[in-house]
Amino acid sequence: MAYLTINNLHKRFDDHVVVHDFNMSIEQGEFVTFLGPSGCGKTTVLRMIAGFETPTSGQIRVGGDDITHQSPQKRGIGMVFQSYALFPNMNVTQNIGFGLKMRKCDGAEIARKVAEVIKLVELSGKENHYPHELSGGQRQRVALARALVVEPRILLLDEPLSALDARIRKNLREQIRDIQRRLGLTTIFVTHDQEEALTMSDRIFVMNQGRVEQEGRAEMVYTQPATEFVARFMGNYNLLGAADTHRLLGLDIQGHLAIRPESIHVLDAHSQQADTLAGTIRQHQLLGSIIRYQIDSGGVTLQVDRLNRTASDLMPVGTEVRLQISRDDMREVR
Amino acid sequence: MSTSPDSLAHHPAGQTRKGLSTLSLQWLGVAPFLLFALLFLILPTATLMIGAFQDADGHFTLGNIAKLFDDSILSAYWISFEVSAASALGGSLIGLLLALAAIQGGLPAWIRPTLMTFSGVASNFAGIPLSFAFLSTLGRMGLVTVLLRNYADFDLYGTGFSILSFLGLTLTYLYFQIPLMVLIVTPAIDGLRTEWREACESLGGSSAAYWWHIALPILWPSILGSTLLLFANAFGAVATAYALTGSSLNIVPILLYAQIRGDVLHDQNLGYALALGMIVVTGLSNAGYIWLRSRAERGRE
Amino acid sequence: MKSTSRLGAWVAIAIGTLYFLLPLIATFEFSLKMNRDGYSFEAYKVVLSDPGFQATFGYSTLMAVLTIIVGIVLVVPTAYWIQLKLPRLRPLVEFITLLPLVIPAIVIVFGYLKLYNSSSWLPLTGNERATDFLLMCSYVTLALPYLYRSIDAGLRAIDVRTLTEAAESLGASWPSILLQVIFPNVKSAILSGAFLTFAVVIGEFTMASLLGRPAFGPYLQLIGANRAYEPSALAIIAFMVTWASMGLIQVFARNARPARKTA
Ligand SMILES: Nc1ncnc2c1ncn2[C@@H]1O[C@H](COP(=O)(O)OP(=O)(O)OP(=O)(O)O)[C@@H](O)[C@H]1O
Ligand SMILES: [Mg+2]
Repeated sequence: MAYLTINNLHKRFDDHVVVHDFNMSIEQGEFVTFLGPSGCGKTTVLRMIAGFETPTSGQIRVGGDDITHQSPQKRGIGMVFQSYALFPNMNVTQNIGFGLKMRKCDGAEIARKVAEVIKLVELSGKENHYPHELSGGQRQRVALARALVVEPRILLLDEPLSALDARIRKNLREQIRDIQRRLGLTTIFVTHDQEEALTMSDRIFVMNQGRVEQEGRAEMVYTQPATEFVARFMGNYNLLGAADTHRLLGLDIQGHLAIRPESIHVLDAHSQQADTLAGTIRQHQLLGSIIRYQIDSGGVTLQVDRLNRTASDLMPVGTEVRLQISRDDMREVR
Repeated sequence: MSTSPDSLAHHPAGQTRKGLSTLSLQWLGVAPFLLFALLFLILPTATLMIGAFQDADGHFTLGNIAKLFDDSILSAYWISFEVSAASALGGSLIGLLLALAAIQGGLPAWIRPTLMTFSGVASNFAGIPLSFAFLSTLGRMGLVTVLLRNYADFDLYGTGFSILSFLGLTLTYLYFQIPLMVLIVTPAIDGLRTEWREACESLGGSSAAYWWHIALPILWPSILGSTLLLFANAFGAVATAYALTGSSLNIVPILLYAQIRGDVLHDQNLGYALALGMIVVTGLSNAGYIWLRSRAERGRE
Repeated sequence: MKSTSRLGAWVAIAIGTLYFLLPLIATFEFSLKMNRDGYSFEAYKVVLSDPGFQATFGYSTLMAVLTIIVGIVLVVPTAYWIQLKLPRLRPLVEFITLLPLVIPAIVIVFGYLKLYNSSSWLPLTGNERATDFLLMCSYVTLALPYLYRSIDAGLRAIDVRTLTEAAESLGASWPSILLQVIFPNVKSAILSGAFLTFAVVIGEFTMASLLGRPAFGPYLQLIGANRAYEPSALAIIAFMVTWASMGLIQVFARNARPARKTA
């Protein structure tokens, strides 16, 4: 039985529906990601789980209990805010100890647990600093520690890394994942960065306009997008409409055909292999370890990625080539 | 300027000299303002301060200051202090509650701008017209007094109340003190972020815990500082009290007013000492306000 | 719990409304009672046709306008210069502009009487015109905190430095930079400072009374001491003048936004 289940969740603000028919279930100890473009309702769902917004309809259950209308204080769900939301009048120790104080723990226990978690998030030496005396990454770790120390049943993180620079992001990303594994915490992580989602999560929920577009293990969502939206959002998929697909490949489909750029093989123009397409190189871009070509084939421009092994690998613009695409690498999407 | 390489070392010094001369030219840009402030703000005040330490012939004396501790003058300071403190404390408490109600009380959106505009008006509606308004309300023939007598069978003035009393004056001062508080405390309340409340809730804190541990400690310097500003505001006010009570109420601004008009005292230098006393009181409370405000700003992320 | 706190908020607002409206209602009601046989606007008629009212209100209006002009001419270039060239002086200037809140008006005017009396080096209280000038300067002093704050905020909202440099590179002289580039962009800030100044100056009592000038404030006081119904009518008129000034500030604050976007 799943630990957290959400059934038919709806949320309406005034007259526009922000979340509709949202369903999900996650297991204890799982790390899942909500991935989606800005404004698709990620924060709203998170806030409903935490209890800051009341759903218009639907149900949220944790461990079998219906918590849809429980007050946030009683839910035992930890939240890390995008803007940190550290209390400016308290230093690091006081901020982290606040939740324990609210639970009426005694002083010695608070001190012990706070010290423990401070070590866990590597903030030793900063105990008496106030939020305005910390860097962005340090503040975010205080926010994380503050949510962790009360041992929440579920931890919610709303784009916790988006305000940080790339290097600290990567670092904290690993740190968060590491702590989550060690504590076995059920965690929902919100992001609109697909790389972040791919590297961190057990499972990804791709969201679009208030509903789940696709859910699945990270590599599945990446390699087998179910819809055009997911294909566009997850990678640089080539997307062919039904007419182009028919003309180029002789296949009849509904919707779109999605082909990843690295799954198209480039052969030289005299290749005798069957089932290949003629193409002309229109443009190339050097992207470090790969070269990205724009290849025109029968009036359709395809993106093709090739490994950049030696300097002689680069094919000049205008080169005639043949393209081979395996059936297995073509995905029909809605 | 020389172009030999070793002159590079002197370059910064040359720039500083040039910088200084342009700086003194730049000073000219604010000279009119500084001159104005000197002539109409600083010198007049300074000359009073000096006068407070001189006798009629211009010799140094502490006699004027000593006279401030006469019973009648001391009591005037005391009443002024009481009225100012009462209207400042009452004004800041009520103003805070009103602002909180309008901003965080979950009321319809039009309440807030209405309150703000009205506060702008009412905080400037001090002085003589205000005293007229309160005489029409709570004076012997005032509407509330009459209504209470006719319909509730309650004789307000029978209880010893008078609009000319300490209580009456405080009630009147509140009319501009409360709106002033609303205006100056609103930015501080706006600074309370909703995520703090939510973070507190998700950590198990109740609404009371939020106010006690987070909101009040954050607002505290602003509230205290605003109260001091309100205090200074009331302490220096002349017109309202004068129009309300004439010279009958013995508070410092009225004492000073009468002294300047030559109605009561005829001791110029004592007048200077009275003025000095007022500046010391309002100056201290304003200094407190500025200090607390800078503290409140520093604490914010 | 949410609904009890909302109830508390409503109660607070209701009590506040009562406290603030009652005196206005009472004053208005009282001002209508001049005729024994029922409500009338008699008191307003009497007040508005009193030559003393017209003269003093006119005098104070003139004083307010002069105060605003002098205040703007004094404050705008200063605030501009501070922002552009002398940011180091900002604390000093800000401190000076706050002084009128620290030093009570009665103390300032007392200082004038000592410093500029008829036997001093600069006998500004010697004749009427000079005293008018002194009164106006005292009003500029009173208005400093309001004027400086709103104009400084207005200047901060636009990028003064870039605008100035752009104008300079196009060959504009200092006066035309100020008049044609800076002024128009902070017009709404200046105007809101101006109306606030107007509201403060129009009924001012202490300065005018002690300098012995025939302004509206001392007139109000005189009527208050000697008449019964007219003071209420005057209070209502004064309240409406204040309200109009604040209302105009709101109007200009609202109009400021689109104006700034096109700039
Ligand atoms: N309190 C509210 N009142 C009205 N509309 C709201 C409210 N909160 C959110 N919305 C709307 O709901 C939609 C989803 O908002 P939400 O904050 O959940 O998006 P998000 O997926 O978190 O986006 P982002 O990645 O930008 O944070 C948006 O269109 C937003 O305008
Ligand atoms: Mg969001």
